[in-house]
Amino acid sequence: MTILSVTGLTKRFGATDVLRGIDLDVARGERIAILGASGSGKSTLLRCLNFMERPGGGTIALDGEVLGREGRTAERIYRESELIQVRQRVGMVFQQFNLFPHMTAIGNVMEGLRTVRGMAKHEAEARARKELARVGLADKADTYPAHLSGGQKQRVAIARALAMDPEMLLFDEPTSALDPELVGEVLAVILALAEEGRTMLLVTHELGFAYHVATRIIFLADGAIHEQGTPDEVLKNPKKERTRAFLASHKQFSF
Amino acid sequence: MRWDFASIFENTDALLVGAAGTLRIFAICLVLGLSLGLVIGLGRYARTRWLYIPATMFVEVFRNTPVLVQILWFYFALPILLPFEMSPLAAASLGISLNSAAFSAEIYRGGIQSIETGQWDGARALGMRWGQAMRRIILPQALKRMLPALTNRAIEIFKMSTLASAVAYVELLQQGKLIASLNYNPIEAYTAVAVIFFVFLWPLVQFSYFLERRLRRDE
Repeated sequence: MTILSVTGLTKRFGATDVLRGIDLDVARGERIAILGASGSGKSTLLRCLNFMERPGGGTIALDGEVLGREGRTAERIYRESELIQVRQRVGMVFQQFNLFPHMTAIGNVMEGLRTVRGMAKHEAEARARKELARVGLADKADTYPAHLSGGQKQRVAIARALAMDPEMLLFDEPTSALDPELVGEVLAVILALAEEGRTMLLVTHELGFAYHVATRIIFLADGAIHEQGTPDEVLKNPKKERTRAFLASHKQFSF
Repeated sequence: MRWDFASIFENTDALLVGAAGTLRIFAICLVLGLSLGLVIGLGRYARTRWLYIPATMFVEVFRNTPVLVQILWFYFALPILLPFEMSPLAAASLGISLNSAAFSAEIYRGGIQSIETGQWDGARALGMRWGQAMRRIILPQALKRMLPALTNRAIEIFKMSTLASAVAYVELLQQGKLIASLNYNPIEAYTAVAVIFFVFLWPLVQFSYFLERRLRRDE
């Protein structure tokens, strides 16, 4: 069953075409890893899916419902209330965590529940504790982000996204800002979510992780889908020359 | 010469009335100036031209004219243009509040702009509206960075209250002038006024240091 359907998605920044017509259907339970060189548009694609960036053209449908309405230009017109609904259904985890530094770990996880959902304090707190325990940080509930390691911060950020019960999770290079020894703990949390059958899209440079966790790999080049398929197809037997070159450049130090 | 503070102590009542007047106009201007400043600052930050242009004009007009002139203008000129009388308190409060709003608007704008865009991203990704993100995520962090500048504003407002004496509003300086002219003791009278100002302001500054330390708990 298709949860998200993207048709002809385009995005320009100034004179640069970052996305040149992306078509993508995401089925419930699917885990898609998006690969590509820097500047290929993979982060922009992800950010368009929960409207952190407004799509320049094309349509995005959630559960079969096309979002926004046609305007005078190719860019559709979106109501703020509509986008707020989408963002609650499509959670996002950022490269730089974007935790709220003036709130403790549990305060961060409770914030969406309290402010957006209007949940009662004790209820939100119970839920937040559950999510922190899920990412293995029950004992850090009252710690401010400044006193957490990068890996811990990212796990709090994941708990914060999970607390909103999203139908789909977007991970935007979740381990790229981490010291190498902290990458594993974050990947382990994401893997556990994958095993629960959650729908997720993941932009990453961790090819080995993508191979294990993803059900589909998309290789993006110049703002378009260059090649896609199962991890075995794309990572082990890439058909296109550019995919091969990208994989080779990422493997040159592995042995 | 000899310092003679006896004449000052004989006029304690007058100084108390003056202190009450100073505190009253300070409270009015602090609340009006800093809250209107936030509104104007948000307008200066807005992408909508209909908010940005009036907010910018306001800031430029009130930043680039002297407060004393504003107070005199509100007291003498405004009642000619509009069909109502201006009390000294109203004219002085308007002048000082609007001037403080213009300066604090720039503090708010700078403070809000200094917050990383990632904080907006984090808030919006949870489904927050602009106002919710501003109130819960951006302003609390921005206020912490702005606190020293806003404290300076508060101190400035307190001292600007003396300008209200220009329209004969009863505050500390006005009473000091009165005592000096009745007793021919300007040195003692103005010294007393200065000491009273220091006694009020010093704890205010200490309180701001305390606030800053408290806000740094999360670091």
